[in-house]
Amino acid sequence: MATTTTTGPSGQPAPSGRSVDHAELGLSGLLVVVGVLVLYDASQLSTTAAQNGPVGPKAVPYAVGGLLLLTAVLLAVDVLRGGHGESESGEDVDLEHGVDWRGLVLLVLVFLGASLAIPYAGFPIAGAALFWGTTLVLGSRRWLWDAVIAVAVGFGGYLVFTSSLGISLPAGVLQGVL
Amino acid sequence: MESVNALLDGFATALHPTYLLYAMIGVLLGTVVGVLPGIGPAMAVALLLPLTFSLEPTAALIMFAGIYYGGMYGGSTTSILLNTPGESSTVMTAIEGNKMARRGRGAQALATAAIGSFVAGTIATALLVVAAPFVVGIAINLGANDYFAIMVFAFLCVTSVLGRSAVRGFVALALGLTIGLIGIDPVTGQQRLTFGVPELADGIDIVLVAVGLFAMGEALWIAAHLRRSPAEVIPVGRPWMNREDWSRSWRPWLRGAAIGFPFGAMPAGGAEIPTFLSYVTERRLARNRDEFGQGAIEGVAGPEAANNASAAGTLVPLLALGLPTSAIAAVILAAFQTYGMEPGPQLFESEPALVWGLIASLFIGNTMLLLLNLPLAPVWAKLLCIPRPYLYAGILFFSVLGAYSVNATVVDLLVLLAVGLLGYLMRRFGLPVVPAILGVILGPMAERQLRTALQITNGDPVGLVNSPVAVVIYLLITLLLAWNLVRRRVLARVGDRVRV
Repeated sequence: MATTTTTGPSGQPAPSGRSVDHAELGLSGLLVVVGVLVLYDASQLSTTAAQNGPVGPKAVPYAVGGLLLLTAVLLAVDVLRGGHGESESGEDVDLEHGVDWRGLVLLVLVFLGASLAIPYAGFPIAGAALFWGTTLVLGSRRWLWDAVIAVAVGFGGYLVFTSSLGISLPAGVLQGVL
Repeated sequence: MESVNALLDGFATALHPTYLLYAMIGVLLGTVVGVLPGIGPAMAVALLLPLTFSLEPTAALIMFAGIYYGGMYGGSTTSILLNTPGESSTVMTAIEGNKMARRGRGAQALATAAIGSFVAGTIATALLVVAAPFVVGIAINLGANDYFAIMVFAFLCVTSVLGRSAVRGFVALALGLTIGLIGIDPVTGQQRLTFGVPELADGIDIVLVAVGLFAMGEALWIAAHLRRSPAEVIPVGRPWMNREDWSRSWRPWLRGAAIGFPFGAMPAGGAEIPTFLSYVTERRLARNRDEFGQGAIEGVAGPEAANNASAAGTLVPLLALGLPTSAIAAVILAAFQTYGMEPGPQLFESEPALVWGLIASLFIGNTMLLLLNLPLAPVWAKLLCIPRPYLYAGILFFSVLGAYSVNATVVDLLVLLAVGLLGYLMRRFGLPVVPAILGVILGPMAERQLRTALQITNGDPVGLVNSPVAVVIYLLITLLLAWNLVRRRVLARVGDRVRV
């Protein structure tokens, strides 16, 4: 890696460096896969159906598939010539340290668990669990206090949206209690 | 004078206590989300889209517009008191604003931002009143081929003008167009890209796309990159300005309004370019140019005014043509669509009370923001200290709430996670979000116009260009592409100097 540039420990090559980010080539590959998928799906459509005009259902998917493949090539060329997509910064984003894979995976698991629990546990409980789990994953260490807030958010959000805004959400095991 | 009468009727609607309340909720909510790091007005409106299932259209749209304007105000507080702006539209404010705050002039920076936003927002909303009926007058004669040309123009503008890399803009656009394809083809009834999953037959609901890209993607991105050391917030008192600050601010406000409005109205993706131009202009015109970079009040007054004026400008193509030019405009268009309404000339005919009530509410909301924000600034500053785990847990909670309330199915939450992971990848690889969201929303509309246009000429491609408006737009596209090559070089050079 270039010594004159600031380089993160992993996955963050310097903006002006000549080093090629292999993950970006991976993105290019992903675009090829999606493009081929779109083109294949378009080829399976039938044009004999009443399409009500000269342009059938295939035309735009073919164009979009083509655009995907074209951008994949252009992106790969750009990356190989030293181009680099700047990762998004922000108030709470720290790009100096590498990716916190543990936090990312745990958050996805918390999200999946809470989502699948909604029909059974009900929205208030699942929502509170999601909130609590997220605070833990993001490094809060005041478990009990976080749990109190999570329950307040879960039940409060549920009550506001169901009673005053008329949006129906499942009560789950609390059916009849709430 | 017709529009003056229409506007007065609009005020009669907007001054109704219920709508005043929704405008108030909107601007307060907008200010809060604008101040809060990691969450902007586009995400806030996306999270609130499910309210369209229960609120009536006028109330919901007045609230959403309030969030838009409020978010513009709130963003300036963050960039002045914390030196790491989250939204591209406030990057320019941060340069001088944060320096002012460090020198103990945070109160003056906040004041010139708030008053400048009010002045420019009011001027620009007045320009909207004049410009919208004018554009409607033109739009009423537009055919399918013209609309298709305009949409192609919008796609090219947001992908090639915004951001540092045109290639990545096109990647984002292509991904958005792909998502827009999913579902039943409205003409032939065939399923496209649904892979036999029945839940996908109706397409991916725009709530899921918007919440996934903005909220879910941000939460995942934060989980991977959370800053462990708390950001440093500069304490501040009530905003005020002395005579010298006033005399140095009023010209930049007016110039900012003049720069912001037209750029907002053009399909160039919101406030990024006008705030930049305003900053450069003020630096060039300033009497004591040496102060720039040390905390010059002109460098806050101009870009903040341009920022708010561009918000009003964005509403011209949105209301008069149904054409969104920024992320939040796209989400507001989605709100119209969930009501089965299509903004454009017809909407001014069929729903005058809604359209003009909405415009009148912008004047009211802007005034509310000024009255609220001068005394409340120290309170907003406290919001910056909210513990981040609670902030992002709250964002995830409301994402799930919003996504689940669309169809009450867990499949939607899995789709939300998938879109969120896409949002994560886009942040990781520097793909801009605006082209993607425009692709999702405008893609299907553009396809419909394309097919209608070619149906008229029975497939002859001449049908796309046999109108003077379309020809002019394609010429503009050519010019844009040519100019863009030149501009990119110039901007890169100026950008390097600004970043010192």
